[in-house]
Amino acid sequence: MSGLFLSRLTLSHFRSHKRAVVESDARPVAIYGPNGAGKTNLLEAVSLLTPGRGLRRAAAEDFVRRPESLGWKVTANLHSLGHIHEVETFAEAGGARQVRIDDKAATQIALGQIGRVLWLVPAMDRLWIEGADGRRRFLDRAALSFEPRHAESSVTYEKAMRERNRLLKDMVRDPHWYGALEQQMAEAGAQVLANRRLAVEMLMSAQTEAATAFPMADLSLSHPDTELPDTEDGLRDALADNRRSDLAAGRTLIGPHRTDLDAVFRAKGVAARDCSTGEQKALLISLILANARALEQMIGMPPILLLDEVAAHLDEGRRATLYDEICALGAQAWMTGTGAELFAELGDRAQYLEVTDDAGTSSVTMKEAP
Amino acid sequence: MATDDSTADIERLIELMARLPGLGPRSARRAVLHLIKKRQLQLLPLAEALHRVGTTARECLNCGNIGTGDVCGICASEKRATGELCVVEDVADLWAMERAGVFKGRYHVLGGTLSALDAVGPEELRIPQLIDRVAAESITEVILALGATIDGQTTAHYIADRLQDVKVTSLAQGVPVGGELDYLDDGTITAALKARRSL
Ligand SMILES: Nc1ncnc2c1ncn2[C@@H]1O[C@H](COP(=O)(O)OP(=O)(O)OP(=O)(O)O)[C@@H](O)[C@H]1O
Ligand SMILES: [Mg+2]
Ligand SMILES: [Zn+2]
Repeated sequence: MSGLFLSRLTLSHFRSHKRAVVESDARPVAIYGPNGAGKTNLLEAVSLLTPGRGLRRAAAEDFVRRPESLGWKVTANLHSLGHIHEVETFAEAGGARQVRIDDKAATQIALGQIGRVLWLVPAMDRLWIEGADGRRRFLDRAALSFEPRHAESSVTYEKAMRERNRLLKDMVRDPHWYGALEQQMAEAGAQVLANRRLAVEMLMSAQTEAATAFPMADLSLSHPDTELPDTEDGLRDALADNRRSDLAAGRTLIGPHRTDLDAVFRAKGVAARDCSTGEQKALLISLILANARALEQMIGMPPILLLDEVAAHLDEGRRATLYDEICALGAQAWMTGTGAELFAELGDRAQYLEVTDDAGTSSVTMKEAP
Repeated sequence: MATDDSTADIERLIELMARLPGLGPRSARRAVLHLIKKRQLQLLPLAEALHRVGTTARECLNCGNIGTGDVCGICASEKRATGELCVVEDVADLWAMERAGVFKGRYHVLGGTLSALDAVGPEELRIPQLIDRVAAESITEVILALGATIDGQTTAHYIADRLQDVKVTSLAQGVPVGGELDYLDDGTITAALKARRSL
């Protein structure tokens, strides 16, 4: 039995959806329909049930359905370890994203406490070959899933760093002011690093213990140019020592904001960035599944998974294996593809939605297993 | 209501009242109507009081509290020279502490928190004056009652770092302070003051 799933999802004035209502059970949700129909938009709505900007990293005003631009809303009944929560997230026209849980105003961080949502989207296909930002975000999502307070530590660190960067840019020299900010960066930064190390450990052991057809990735953390201390005191001293070079650069050059996640395809001993396109994708799927298994172990329920167009990139055998592993996990995986045939191997282990476009408005229909 | 010459002054008054914290256009309209009906008992005394405060209210040159003289009553009172100095962000925090009536020392109002992004530095915050006062008034303990926000904590660390030769403490953590003391009941403020910890 799945401990975390949506039984009802509604979207109103959310991107291409004017009003969509999905009633679901704990099984995976297979979503199909032509290009531009509104499938990814549906997944994006679910991704907003966690802290942050969702799977496209968009701003609150981008979600609002155009041309009306009236504000948008996503609501869900979220089943979490036997409790049902009514979750609402929305923004008024031009306003910031707000959250309500069980009819009470709540913070985005509180969302991370009751639900866990992880995703893979086509934009992440280039994760291993592009800049460190994407990999760090991927790692932080994993860290957040294991430790919901990761969001708070990250925000504190970032905010204090922006303050420090401003001092650097303005060539301020007051050592006490730097010291006060570095103290806060060190406190929050050490927490951020600890959460990330925990995430790496959890992902590694979940891969090791699992019977999976997906390849194993050896993960490690690195920092450009220098070894980053991981204690609060060490970080504070390192930041203080680096003031001179930071002043010259006009920004903070060392710290958790520059951590990178390195991965090696274990079976071949090859760095992920040098693997084939298909292998790189397989590594990501492997890590998402490992993350899900680790969460299941840790909190007693697998996360909700959002897998945008994963089916399209896998051969038939791999696809069947992925579906089997998702079903074995008991995760409510929301998956998209252009045609129903991509989900044939799932049969009635999943529920189906067809999304179509009607002159700029998406419509969502429940379907029988193909 | 149509605005013509005969009601322009009243409309203007309503508009000004509506800008006050806690009032909106509707409640401002009600308040103004009420005042006009009670011209002798309320409107004229209010106008008189507003005028007087408007000409006499000023910041205490010593601590930043608001009063009607160069130096506020707390700074003027010898009884308040206990050697304890409570640092707050805003006058509202000072008034809240006074309402609770537990703190017997003097105050120092910063007038905000450090924020590089908002171009608020130590000089904008009466921090130099704070450092002078600690020496001049033989202060033995500085109690920081600053917000739990990042800017509030940066300011706390900053002050603690500048004041190496005196004991610096902070109100118990988890208490929302910094312009928010105002919303706390007296008991909570008392508890937070008792449970202060060294920085
Ligand atoms: N704010 C918005 N208001 C109205 N429509 C929007 C808004 N944002 C995006 N859209 C439209 O939503 C449509 C569907 O987008 P979506 O990415 O969900 O399609 P999809 O079904 O995933 O297609 P594909 O198979 O190509 O990935 C797009 O045509 C896009 O123009
Ligand atoms: Mg799509
Ligand atoms: Zn005074």
